[in-house]
Amino acid sequence: MSTETTFNKYQAFNFGPLDRLLAFLSRDSRSGSALRLIHAVGIPVAAVAVFLMLWSVLAAKVQTSLGQLPGPAKVWEQALALVDEHQAARDKETAFYERQEKRNAEKLAADPNAEVHIRPYTGAPTFFDQILTSLVTVATGFLIASLIAIPIGIVTGMSHTLYTALNPIVQLFKPVSPLAWLPIVTMVVSAVYVSDDPLFAKSFLNSAITVTLCCLWPTIINTAVGVSSVDKNLINVSRVLRLPWLTKTVKIVLPSSIPMMFTGLRLSLSIGWMVLIAAEMLAQNPGLGKFVWDEFQNGSSNSLARIMVAVLAIGLIGFGLDRGMLLLQRRFSWDKSAVLR
Amino acid sequence: MPDTHHRTPRRSFLKHALLGLGMLATGSVLAATGEPEKEDLRFGFIKLTDMAPLAIAYEKGYFEDEGLYVTLEAQANWKVLLDGVIDGQLDGAHMLAGQPLAATIGFGTRAHIVTPFSMDLNGNGITVSNAVWEQMKPNIPKMEDGRPVHPIKADYLKPVVAKYRNEGKPFKMGMVFPVSTHNYELRYWLAAGGLNPGYYAPHKGDISGTLKADVQLSVTPPPQMPATLEAGTIYGYCVGEPWNQQAVFKGIGVPVITDYEIWKDNPEKVFGMTKAFTEKYPNTTVRVVKALLRAARWLDEDNNKNRPAAVKYLSQPNYVGADYKVIANSMTGTFEYEKGDKREVPDFNVFFRYFATYPYYSDAVWYLTQMRRWGQIAEYKPDSWYIDTAKKVYRPDIYATAARELIAEGKMSAADFPDFSGEDGFRDPQTEFIDGITFDGNKPNAYLEQFPIGLKGKDTL
Repeated sequence: MSTETTFNKYQAFNFGPLDRLLAFLSRDSRSGSALRLIHAVGIPVAAVAVFLMLWSVLAAKVQTSLGQLPGPAKVWEQALALVDEHQAARDKETAFYERQEKRNAEKLAADPNAEVHIRPYTGAPTFFDQILTSLVTVATGFLIASLIAIPIGIVTGMSHTLYTALNPIVQLFKPVSPLAWLPIVTMVVSAVYVSDDPLFAKSFLNSAITVTLCCLWPTIINTAVGVSSVDKNLINVSRVLRLPWLTKTVKIVLPSSIPMMFTGLRLSLSIGWMVLIAAEMLAQNPGLGKFVWDEFQNGSSNSLARIMVAVLAIGLIGFGLDRGMLLLQRRFSWDKSAVLR
Repeated sequence: MPDTHHRTPRRSFLKHALLGLGMLATGSVLAATGEPEKEDLRFGFIKLTDMAPLAIAYEKGYFEDEGLYVTLEAQANWKVLLDGVIDGQLDGAHMLAGQPLAATIGFGTRAHIVTPFSMDLNGNGITVSNAVWEQMKPNIPKMEDGRPVHPIKADYLKPVVAKYRNEGKPFKMGMVFPVSTHNYELRYWLAAGGLNPGYYAPHKGDISGTLKADVQLSVTPPPQMPATLEAGTIYGYCVGEPWNQQAVFKGIGVPVITDYEIWKDNPEKVFGMTKAFTEKYPNTTVRVVKALLRAARWLDEDNNKNRPAAVKYLSQPNYVGADYKVIANSMTGTFEYEKGDKREVPDFNVFFRYFATYPYYSDAVWYLTQMRRWGQIAEYKPDSWYIDTAKKVYRPDIYATAARELIAEGKMSAADFPDFSGEDGFRDPQTEFIDGITFDGNKPNAYLEQFPIGLKGKDTL
């Protein structure tokens, strides 16, 4: 048990190799941990090195109509180029605001009654702007889905009748490819969301709602299962104590169903992230998916390398999101000894 | 709050008086067009080099000079772009000349779209796959140095098509949209070589355009043309730049003819907006045209000296995004046919010379005649119908207002524009077509009578 607790202290990263490295560096490790370190850190590093080597060797052999398939070096070079472009765009943005202020001042000097305002930058979004857009979209879609799915899951888990009623619907919609929703969402949004001064862009709503539709099902199912499989003894205790419904839910049902609920949320978030990229590509909505599609359409000699930068970024962000959820799960889960991966 | 309210009348009286004085003092300098009613605009474009006037008006600050803050957005295909303009997500767009006309007469989505500005002349090409080129090449007469004689007519493609058809394979080619210039140019070229490109029959619900076709044409978005050709789905295509030059660079196809050789100085893209937009925001509309005029002039100024700079802008990923050298090939006055066979085509892309930006009614009439020729207009229409429709869609009046203002502001000179007082909007009869047929915009039905292939008179399918 004591080993267990020491270990927990070093789970800051929630990522095996890094946590062990942290543990090793903080001196209170015991004998044999050096060996463990080699095992935990050395092997992943070696695997990545082998992967990079294979990548550069094999990529050089593939000749596409856009030139050679880019290897790690070319991709790294394009990643730096994307950073430079972002920097250049920010400089242009500053100049844009300065010009606007100057023009507004002139306008006010000519006519003190003139209505002036500063509008946001009109230039094209950079790679990093697109990442931010995608993150905001997935967060919105996921939050909405969770707010809907968790209560539904809890209620269906607690009532057998409701479960039987909802189950066929959930089972029917769960396997639907998210992209099949997209045309329907697009049409409904453009029909229903009519406003002269919209708060959100339609493209943002389309992407976010599509993500929501896909994030609902795993959370509903897992929450329901978690809630319905609460230890019968605990339920009996609550009966004996004559706990009111709300107290029973908050004190007994929720804590014991949290691990399952989080399993559902993690599944939802990773599905949502994958869906979002595809939806952005298909609907040309702003975000990383559009970046990938635009580069594909451009067909320049750098396009493939830039797409690969995006692919790696998508992977890293997906990984980060999942680790974030895991961290939350640890934080909320009462059973700290449960093995989570 | 009530206090301010109370004071308003006196204040506003003072302000108005001051304003009036100010106007009197500066009246001669003030532009005739008032402040734009709508300042934040969103324009769509397709990744083609002829979207250049939009990119230049943005990058050179011409839009901002007019007090307009424009966002430019690449669109997935021509249908998405048109729908965007119709439902108001886009305030205007780089359009195929046929789109405003077709939308207004109700072929496809019906909406009243107008155009006060033509974006360019020429700029398209027809490319065939390497395999087709190898079979065509022996039929083509050669010059002394062994290179093929241009223009290459579709007559040389005819035996290849016959061979494919005998083997039971339909001969398929791509174009970008049913009402695109590319569709009509490809059809014109094929028909001039005795190949029937097929008819549309919208009254029977047939809008595939392949009735009685020797060559089956289908729609592919411009940027996807090279990939579709490479995949073998089509054997050739007609598209704008840089997608013909891209085929040469990728080594997957050979451009055989440019549209300059099919019809010298043919009108290409237009800038389209809904009629409702131009009526609701008249000042904005005039200002947009002013900015575009300056951009077009910049593109052609001093014998194309700005073209390399323009290519640099266009090769940015947010505009066309293809490699600099691919775009530069056609934009800087040369065109590469077969790999290494680079020829001078100084007028391949014309943005301003020859009054390229003026929305001539006769250009609109030509597009309408081609819609009739291939059955998109299913039945006979009198000459007056063609001319009235052209006048509903093409708006030289807005153009003239913008041009006069630029002249008054000293930014351009009267020589840059047609003589507005004597201009009736019809070009003199044009003769430089590949089949030698003369086009007079005043006599559309008589023009149609001259074609051996195509609907004419009272023909219906």
